[in-house]
Amino acid sequence: MNWVSQNLGFIAGLLSDHIVFSLVPVVIGLVLAIPLGWLANRAGVGRTVVVNLAGLLYTIPSLALFVFLPVVLGTGILDPVNVIVALTVYSLALLVRTVADALEAVPPVLVDAATAMGYAPVRRFLAVELPVSVPVILAGVRVAAVSSISLVTVGSVIGFGGLGQMFTDGFQRDITAEVVAGIVLVVALALVVDGLLLLVGRLLTPWDRAARATRQGATA
Amino acid sequence: MNFLGWLVDPAHWSGPGSIPQRLVEHLGYTALVMIIAIAIAVPLGAWIGHTGKGGFLVVGSANGLRALPTLGVLVLLVQWTGLGIIGPLVALVLLAIPPVLAGTYAGVRNVDAAVVDAARGMGMRGRGVLFGVELPNALPLIIGGVRSSVLQVISTATIAAYVGLDGLGRYIIDGLSTRDFPQMIAGSILVALLAVVADLALAGLQKLLVSPGLQTAGTGRRVRALATRPTDNAARAA
Repeated sequence: MNWVSQNLGFIAGLLSDHIVFSLVPVVIGLVLAIPLGWLANRAGVGRTVVVNLAGLLYTIPSLALFVFLPVVLGTGILDPVNVIVALTVYSLALLVRTVADALEAVPPVLVDAATAMGYAPVRRFLAVELPVSVPVILAGVRVAAVSSISLVTVGSVIGFGGLGQMFTDGFQRDITAEVVAGIVLVVALALVVDGLLLLVGRLLTPWDRAARATRQGATA
Repeated sequence: MNFLGWLVDPAHWSGPGSIPQRLVEHLGYTALVMIIAIAIAVPLGAWIGHTGKGGFLVVGSANGLRALPTLGVLVLLVQWTGLGIIGPLVALVLLAIPPVLAGTYAGVRNVDAAVVDAARGMGMRGRGVLFGVELPNALPLIIGGVRSSVLQVISTATIAAYVGLDGLGRYIIDGLSTRDFPQMIAGSILVALLAVVADLALAGLQKLLVSPGLQTAGTGRRVRALATRPTDNAARAA
């Protein structure tokens, strides 16, 4: 592990690149997935189209998508934007289904009650349906974030992979310590982000905690 | 759009390194890896699901796979075993096992307890229950696991061209080293097509193999939803 202690600056730079490359797509994906998921949940045909299109996009291997996107986007083939857009596509494909499922699972009684209390559709969506969907949506965001963190590394084959460059560099210069350190860092980053998202979920759904406490109190 | 020219060029359709040859290589690796992975994961998953021992390990391995960077695993195994076909193939098998294992485990585990009770009431014993009732009922989830595993292997085999494996990934990696962008783009289209066609073929196989009783309107929809959701997510590790 001498290699690691001698290259801390290099690793720190890759780590910050990695965080940006992997998490920006998840944020963009989520912001786009909420209105699209709402739309898919409202319209029956829209749902079929969205779910099938998302499934199709999700099927395309990452390296192929990284290389093919420039044809669609008109970007250079070695432009880091391709990696970010590709990961956004994957996050969106995953999250649009999650959002649609989450909204579908909101108990109709709740929606009716909100309507009866005078909530207009938009306010009802933002104040009732979306908050109630948080646990399911968050589960999807956790999957998207962890996948994205691991997928970024594939980008290093075409030059932009954050911590993945430790794999290509370690391969070319035959430094096993670098490769092992890279794997450990990617997995650790995924675990940390996953844990943080879990915490965010707890903070966003205080009623869930209250319900859990009551349940535990009842059984004790 | 000169990648279309590359794709239709007759020179790329015969001889060494031609599209049919690379396609056969890619499919051959995928088939070999899947046979080994299924031979390991289905019996193990069925046993764990049947006995209920060690279920947390299965769920943990499927979730952990998502975080594991496939390129890192490939490079590491090639550094251990030396250049050649063994390192990449071992890496592919390791990555192919968790989805099948999780699908089989969840499938056997989620078989309706009343169905198992009925089978026992009819006089079936351990082995008969497993092969006659639990496995057929688990089939939608097992095939769901195989589907996401196949996608994972096709995707990772492409990346494995970086560490020297043949197959369609060669076009992307070789095109990159010679700055032959039309070749790279044509290669990426071929890989994407292969993945989509393979997934559709397996979906068809799923319809063919799964008992019609499990595909009827209500339950069928539920089973399909289960079959596609968690395993799809696992597939996106490459």
